[in-house]
Amino acid sequence: MKLITAIIKPFKLEDVKNALEGRGVHGLTVSEASGFGRQRGHTEVYRGAEYTVDLVPKVRLEVVVDDEAAEGVVEAIVGAAQTGKIGDGKVWVSHVETVVRVRTGERGSSAL
Amino acid sequence: MDLSAGDTAWVLTAAALVLLMTPGVAFFYGGMVRVKSVLNMMMMSFLALGIVSVLWVAFGYSVAFGDDGNGFMGGFSVAGLGQLVGKLAANGGTYPIPALAFCMFQLMFAIITVALVSGAVADRMKFLAWGIFAAVWVTIVYFPVAHWVFDFGSTEINDAGAGWLAKLGVLDFAGGTAVHINAGAAGLALVIVMGKRVGFGKVPMRPHNLPLVVLGASLLWFGWFGFNAGSALGANDLAAVAFTNTMVATSAGILGWLIVEKLRDGHATSLGAASGAIAGLVAITPACAFVAPWGAIAIGAIAGIVCAFAVTLKYKLGYDDSLDVVGVHMVGGIVGCLLIGFFATTGVNSLGKDGLFYGGDWGVLGTQAIGAGAVLAYSFVVTLILALILKFTVKLRVSHDDEVSGIDLAVHAESAYEFGDTGGGGIFAGIGHAGRTKAEE
Repeated sequence: MKLITAIIKPFKLEDVKNALEGRGVHGLTVSEASGFGRQRGHTEVYRGAEYTVDLVPKVRLEVVVDDEAAEGVVEAIVGAAQTGKIGDGKVWVSHVETVVRVRTGERGSSAL
Repeated sequence: MDLSAGDTAWVLTAAALVLLMTPGVAFFYGGMVRVKSVLNMMMMSFLALGIVSVLWVAFGYSVAFGDDGNGFMGGFSVAGLGQLVGKLAANGGTYPIPALAFCMFQLMFAIITVALVSGAVADRMKFLAWGIFAAVWVTIVYFPVAHWVFDFGSTEINDAGAGWLAKLGVLDFAGGTAVHINAGAAGLALVIVMGKRVGFGKVPMRPHNLPLVVLGASLLWFGWFGFNAGSALGANDLAAVAFTNTMVATSAGILGWLIVEKLRDGHATSLGAASGAIAGLVAITPACAFVAPWGAIAIGAIAGIVCAFAVTLKYKLGYDDSLDVVGVHMVGGIVGCLLIGFFATTGVNSLGKDGLFYGGDWGVLGTQAIGAGAVLAYSFVVTLILALILKFTVKLRVSHDDEVSGIDLAVHAESAYEFGDTGGGGIFAGIGHAGRTKAEE
């Protein structure tokens, strides 16, 4: 199994969720995040004062899927989250040892 | 002279309206600070309500409006207020309203002036130090200055008990000098002694709740009709003139500030709209019963524009006037006081003067400048000394760690918004937390 973590622009969350339907995704976790990548934030002017915003608001999306579904899910996320502009985010895939469903104690793929 | 029911009803109502301005300030300032200090900000206003009311009854009214004093202060003849019961109000003439109605109306001015100062010291002032400051400052700065400007003597205009600026002929209908320049200059002195917030000029310190700011500005606007139109001390023509000018100057202030923001920053902000309204209100305060409505529109618009630039000075000059008490109240107050020298007309108020645009001479402007300058200088110097004494005795600031982690929790053991606890809501409240889902049942 794979854990796919995606950092995306907040307004792309709805598109990404829709794109994941029917791709072997049984559940997902979303959290608010903030940070910077290579663009290192930006400057804003407010009440006549300029200041640097170096932590940009993002959404972090986490989904665990079977190995064979992983590539399709990554493609779906990237396709849906892409604007082509700076700050679109990152997606990474990591190996997952096991998953346990708390309610039943099932383990592995059947717990997804 | 008999009591007038209409005048008494209006002055009592106006007093209640002015009272509402202090909670208005609490919301206005409370929304502007960061989420960790909103309660402290609001508490400073409420502590001012507590302290100033008690001192006003004890001796404050007497120091400001007592008839046994001199041009500098009013003396102690009516301390405790007992002597006022059953008397008519007398201030350079007798008014057909109870003396206590006038006394309560003026109390609200004293309270809000202290509350206004608190915006300068957001996020970092020790609550005990604020309490001591409020009590001492209102006693040695506000009470005498109110006497200088607002006391026209007892039953005869400008007799021995009148304030020296009132005698000089400084026109300040509702408190551009005694309230706004006074509070602004005090805020400036206080933050110069106190120093900047941790991270000032480096980290963004954006308002945490702009709807609260707009709510506060709205309450201030509403209450300000009592402040300005109530200062006529009667339900009469002058009150209606002041009401009209208060309305249109505020509207023009909003427009002036938003135009500056749109051209300079690219965005017209809600904070700008609220601030522009306050700038317009501040500037029309001294002028509201001396100018025609077109003059009020000009004064409001000029104040909106000038103050929108003035609030950026703190970054250039390096003083942390956190919520722009200096940029809005001191600068707006000066703008209003000086523009009387141009826009005043006896066509509106026979007790006023003609400014430069109505064939008046430069002397009117000169007298206004003396009034504004005297209050500014006295307030600044006395506050500076008071702040230095407090700094080296009770200390002015909370510790660095308490300031960074948040003054609300450190000083008041409360936080404004309990959103963080697991399962109790939070940033995803309403998404699945509201109750059991269908699948669970």
